[in-house]
Amino acid sequence: MIEISTEQLLSKSWQYRRNILKYIKHAGAGHTGGSLSCVDILNVLYNRILNVSPGSFNDPNRDRYIQSKGHSVEALFVVLADQGFFDESQLETLCRYQSHFVGHPTRHVPGVEQNTGALGHGLPICVGIAIAGKMDKADFRVFTLLGDGELAEGSNWEAAMCAAHHGLDNLTAIIDYNTLQITGRTRDVCDNSPIDKKFAAFGWTVRCVDGHSFDELTTALSDSPVKGRPTVVIANTVKGKGVSFMEDVVKWHHGVPSDAEYAQALEEIDSHIQAQGILL
Amino acid sequence: MSAPAPGMFSQDALALLEQLRLNKGKANLEAFAETVLSLARENRNIVVVTSDSRGSGKLVPFASELPQQIVEVGIAEQNLVGVAAGLASAGKIPFAVSPACFLTARSLEQIKNDVCYSDNPVKVIGISAGVSYGALGTTHHSLHDLAVLRAINNIDVVVPADNFESVQAIQAAAAQSRPIYVRFGKAAMYDLPRTTDDFVVGKARVIREGTDVAFIATGETVIHALLAAEQLKSNGVSARVVSMHSVKPLDVDVVLQSARDCQAIVTVEEHLTAGGLGDACASAILEAGVSVGFKQVGIPDEYTVTGSQSDIFRHYGISMEGLSHQAGNLLANRNLSMTGN
Ligand SMILES: Cc1ncc(C[n+]2csc(CCOP(=O)(O)OP(=O)(O)O)c2C)c(N)n1
Ligand SMILES: [Mg+2]
Repeated sequence: MIEISTEQLLSKSWQYRRNILKYIKHAGAGHTGGSLSCVDILNVLYNRILNVSPGSFNDPNRDRYIQSKGHSVEALFVVLADQGFFDESQLETLCRYQSHFVGHPTRHVPGVEQNTGALGHGLPICVGIAIAGKMDKADFRVFTLLGDGELAEGSNWEAAMCAAHHGLDNLTAIIDYNTLQITGRTRDVCDNSPIDKKFAAFGWTVRCVDGHSFDELTTALSDSPVKGRPTVVIANTVKGKGVSFMEDVVKWHHGVPSDAEYAQALEEIDSHIQAQGILL
Repeated sequence: MSAPAPGMFSQDALALLEQLRLNKGKANLEAFAETVLSLARENRNIVVVTSDSRGSGKLVPFASELPQQIVEVGIAEQNLVGVAAGLASAGKIPFAVSPACFLTARSLEQIKNDVCYSDNPVKVIGISAGVSYGALGTTHHSLHDLAVLRAINNIDVVVPADNFESVQAIQAAAAQSRPIYVRFGKAAMYDLPRTTDDFVVGKARVIREGTDVAFIATGETVIHALLAAEQLKSNGVSARVVSMHSVKPLDVDVVLQSARDCQAIVTVEEHLTAGGLGDACASAILEAGVSVGFKQVGIPDEYTVTGSQSDIFRHYGISMEGLSHQAGNLLANRNLSMTGN
C-alpha cells in the first residue's frame, strides 16, 4: 500500500470534485452525478492501491484499472491528470474537435487501459487480463468499476461466472452502488437486488463498504483476497456526492450546471474545504 | 478558453437556408416519439420497449400517459430485442427503442435470429444514430448499422431525412408486418421541399430535379445535399437531390434513372462509406451497366475524428461546401475524359 494520509486524500477529493465540475462546465457536457459518486473510489485506488504511474505504465506487471462505467470519464481524467499522466490543462479540450479527450475513456489518453463507454464490457476484459496474469504467474491485480444500473447487462454475469470458475483471486470488481441510473432508481427500472447474494451465489467474495469512506475502501481493496475467489466490493455511494443540490437527484446523471449552479457548487466545495481546515 | 465551436452550417449555408425559406422543424427523434404516442393511443397493442433509454428516446410523455404500454428492461439491449421479439410473436406491436450504436451491435444476433429469421415484426428503432452523439466517441457512434442490417435477410432499413419522413416512416413501420429498422438523429431538422406527399418504404423521394449531377443522400445529410445543389446552380450546374430514406429495399429505379439522366452521382450518408448507401447504389449501377461519374461521401475507414456531429460532418465534407466541391470535381473529370484530354 502506498503511504498517503487520510487528510491528503480528503484534500484531493475536494480538488477532484472541483475539477470534475470545472471541466464538465467548460465542455458543456458530461456525466456529473456518476463522476461525483465514484471519485472517492478512484482517489483511494490511484493514491493508495494501484501500482501504476506514468513511469510504470508499460510495465507488464502493473496493476490494471479498467473503468467499465466509462461515462464517468471526467472523474478518471481528473485523477489521471493529478497522477501526472498528462497536464491538467489539456482537459480544456474535452469534447472538442480533434481532442483525444472525448466523453468516454480512450487509450489515446495516457493512463487509460482500455476504451470503454458501452456498458458491460469492463468485467469480461478484466477476466481476460486476470487469466493472463495467472498463466504468467504474475502478481499484478486487476480492478474494474461498474455502475449499479450497468449490472443489468448480461455480459457482466457471463464474466462473473467465468471469473469464479477460473479462480481469479487477482480480480476485484467495484460497484458504484449509487442506486440511480438515467431513468430513475435502479430498483424501479430493473431491480437487481440482492446484489450481494447474487455475487456470493456466483462464487465471489463480497465486501460491502461506504464508498465515500477512505478507510473502508482502503481496507476492502487492500485486504488479501480469499484464495481462488474473485472479490466484489459493493461501494454504497451517493450520486452527485459533495454538491447538495446534485446529491441523489436523477437529472444530474448528465446534467451540466448553469452559471449560477456552478458558482453555488464551487462555493459549497470551498466552504467544506474551510470547515474541514484542509490545506490545498 | 477556446472559441465557440462552429455550428452545423457555414455562414453561406445559413444564408442560403434563409433564402430557401425552409422551416426549421424539430428533431426527427421527437417526431418519432410523438407519432408513436398518437398511434399507441389508438391501438393498445402498440408497446414501446426501452433499456433505460426512454429519456434519450423522448418517451417520458409516453411512459406517463400510457404506462401500461411501455416495457422497461433495464440496461440490457440484447434482452430488449429478445423481449420485443417475444411480444411480437404474441400479438403485440413492439417498438424496441435504444441508441442505434448499442442496438445494432450488441443486439445484432437477436435482430438476426429472433426478429428477422423467426420473422417477428419488431420495429427496431435506433436513436441518436450515426454520429449524433459526436464527442461521446466511437462507442456511441453507429457507422456500421446500415451495412450489417443490409447483410441480413427480412428487414427493411429506413433513415428519414426530416420530420415528415420520420412521421411517415413510423406510421409505415406500425402498419407493416415485416421487420423494420428506422434510425433517427437528435438534431433539429429542416423541413425539406415536399414534392409529393407519398411516402412508401422502398421508394425514394426526389426533392429537387436536376440533370447534371444527382446527390443520392439519406437521413440528416440530405439537407446538405440540397444546399450543395442550390450552390451549384450559381455555377450553372443542374443538380438533382434524392432522399433515399430506404436504404433497403433500395429504390433501384430512381438510382438508375439518375445515373442515366446525369453525368455524375454523389452518394451521401452518415455511415462508413463501406457497406452502406453508397455501396448499394454502386452495385445497382454497375449491374445495370450504366456508366456514370461516382463518388461516395461518408465517414472513411479510419479512427473517426473526434468532436461534435457538426465537427465530424465538416471534417469529412458532409457540408454544402464539401458536397458541391465533390460534384464539381466529378463533372470536371467527366468533361475532361469526354473531350479526350
Ligand atoms: C451498452 C450501453 N447501454 C446504454 C448506455 C447509456 N448509458 C450511459 S450511462 C447509463 C446509466 C448508467 O447507470 P449506472 O450504471 O447506475 O451508472 P451511474 O449511476 O454510476 O452513472 C446508460 C443507460 C451505455 N453507455 N452503454
Ligand atoms: Mg447508478
